[in-house]
Amino acid sequence: MNSNNETFEASMLRLEQIVRAMEKGDVELEESLKLFQEGTELIRRCGKLLDEAELQVKKIMTAPDGSPVEEAFTDEQ
Amino acid sequence: MQQVLSITQINEYIRSRMDEDRLLNQVAVRGEISNYKLYPSGHHYFTLKDENAALKCVMFKSNATRLRFRPENGMKVIAMGRITVYPRDGAFQLYCSAMTVDGVGDLYAAFEQLKKKLAAQGLFAPEHKKPLPPFPGTIGIITSSAGAAIHDMLRILNKRYPLTQVRLLPVRVQGAEAPGEIAAAIRYANHYKLADLLIVGRGGGSIEDLWAFNDEGVAYAIYESQIPIISAVGHEPDVTIADYVADLRAATPSNAAELAVPDQAALLQSMDSAASAMASYLARQLRSSRQRLNTISRSPALASPTGYLRQRETNLEHLKTRLIAAQSQQLQRRRQRFVGCTAKLDAMSPLKVLTRGYSIVHNDDGSILRSVSQTEPGREVRVTLTDGSIHAVVSSIKED
Repeated sequence: MNSNNETFEASMLRLEQIVRAMEKGDVELEESLKLFQEGTELIRRCGKLLDEAELQVKKIMTAPDGSPVEEAFTDEQ
Repeated sequence: MQQVLSITQINEYIRSRMDEDRLLNQVAVRGEISNYKLYPSGHHYFTLKDENAALKCVMFKSNATRLRFRPENGMKVIAMGRITVYPRDGAFQLYCSAMTVDGVGDLYAAFEQLKKKLAAQGLFAPEHKKPLPPFPGTIGIITSSAGAAIHDMLRILNKRYPLTQVRLLPVRVQGAEAPGEIAAAIRYANHYKLADLLIVGRGGGSIEDLWAFNDEGVAYAIYESQIPIISAVGHEPDVTIADYVADLRAATPSNAAELAVPDQAALLQSMDSAASAMASYLARQLRSSRQRLNTISRSPALASPTGYLRQRETNLEHLKTRLIAAQSQQLQRRRQRFVGCTAKLDAMSPLKVLTRGYSIVHNDDGSILRSVSQTEPGREVRVTLTDGSIHAVVSSIKED
C-alpha cells in the first residue's frame, strides 16, 4: 500500500468537489467559509506531499516458495 | 617473346581491370552465410553461397557496427559492396558495406498471420481495454534491469510523479527465453497483485531484437491480465503484437512513463487554479450576501412585522386546507389500487387452481413432482388438495 499516494488522490478528489460546490453557490455563507478553509488546507497538504516525495524503486525477486521478495534496486546508469 | 609478369604485377592488373567494372564496384548479392567468423579486430569474415557456388566476403568493423542484426551461419542475406581482388591471395572477394536479412519477408508474413489470428479471437477489441488508474500507487515495470529503458522510465517517473512506487520485475527482453519470461512476469504480477499498473517493454533494437513482443504467449498474458498494461516497445515506428493487445500503447519506454502518471507540474497548476477559483467564489458570495442584507432591511417584514406576520398566517391556513384535501384524495386512490391488486393475486394463486379439482404432488424431499422419472415405486409422496393433503406411497409407475 502506498498511503501517501492514496491521501493525495483522495485530497485531489475532495478539492474538486469543494470547488464545484462553491461554484454552484447554493451553500450557506458559513458553509462556504468552511469549504474554503478545508480546500486551502488540502492544497497545502498536497503540495507538501509532492515536495517531500522521492520515487521508491524495488526489484522483485522470487523466494524459494515462489512468493515475491522486494530488494533494493540501484539504477546503474 | 611474350612479356613475363610477376605475380604482383598480374594480380595488380586483374585488380585494376575489376575496379574499372561498374557492376563489380557496386553490387548486391543474395546468398546464405557459411563459415562465419567474427575476429577480435571486429572484422567479419564469411562465405556467401547458393546451391552451386560460393563467394568469399569480408565486412570491416566500421561497416559492421551499422548492422541491425547478428549474422549467423545459415542465414539468408542480401549483401552489398564491391568485389575486387585481394592481391596477396590472388583471390577475389566481396567487400561488404551493408547487409540485410533476406528472410525479413518471412518474419513479416508470420507477424501478419499472428495479428490476423489474434484479431479474430478478439484480443485487440477496444471494449476489452481497461482504463488506467489516474493515480497509480504502485507501477510494475517488466523489462531488463540493465539497459537504457528502465533508466529513462525511472528518471521520468521521478520527475513527473514521485509519489508512486516502482516494482521492477527483471526479465530478458530478447532471445529464445525472453517471451516465456515476459509472459510469466505478467502472470506473476497478477497472481501476487504486485501493482496497480504494468509497463511491459524494452528499448529500441532490430526487428529480431523486438521479436519477443510478437509472441503469441506474451499476447495472451497481456490479454488475460487483470492489471492494466501499457506496452512500450522500441521506438516510435516499431509496432508489435504486444502493442495491439495492451490497454495502451506507448511509442517508447519514456513515453510509457509519461502516460502512466500525472505530471506534478500540471497538478500544482490545477491546485493553484482551484485556490483562486475558491477565493473568487467566496468573494462573490460575500458580495451578494451584503446586497441581500441591504434588501432585507428594507423589506415589509422588517418595516411592518405584525402586518407581515398576519398575512403569512392566512397563507398558512390556506395551505393546510389544501394539504388535507390532497391527502384524503390520495388515500382513496391507493385503496382502489390495493383492491385491484388482491383480486389479481387471488386469480393467480395455486390454491385457486386446486379448487378446480387439480392437486399438487410433492416428492419425499419436498420438491414438486413434475415427471414420473422423479420418483419410483416404494417412495412416499404428498398430494395437496384444496382442503388438506394425502400421504401416499407409489405402488407402480407408468410412463406415457
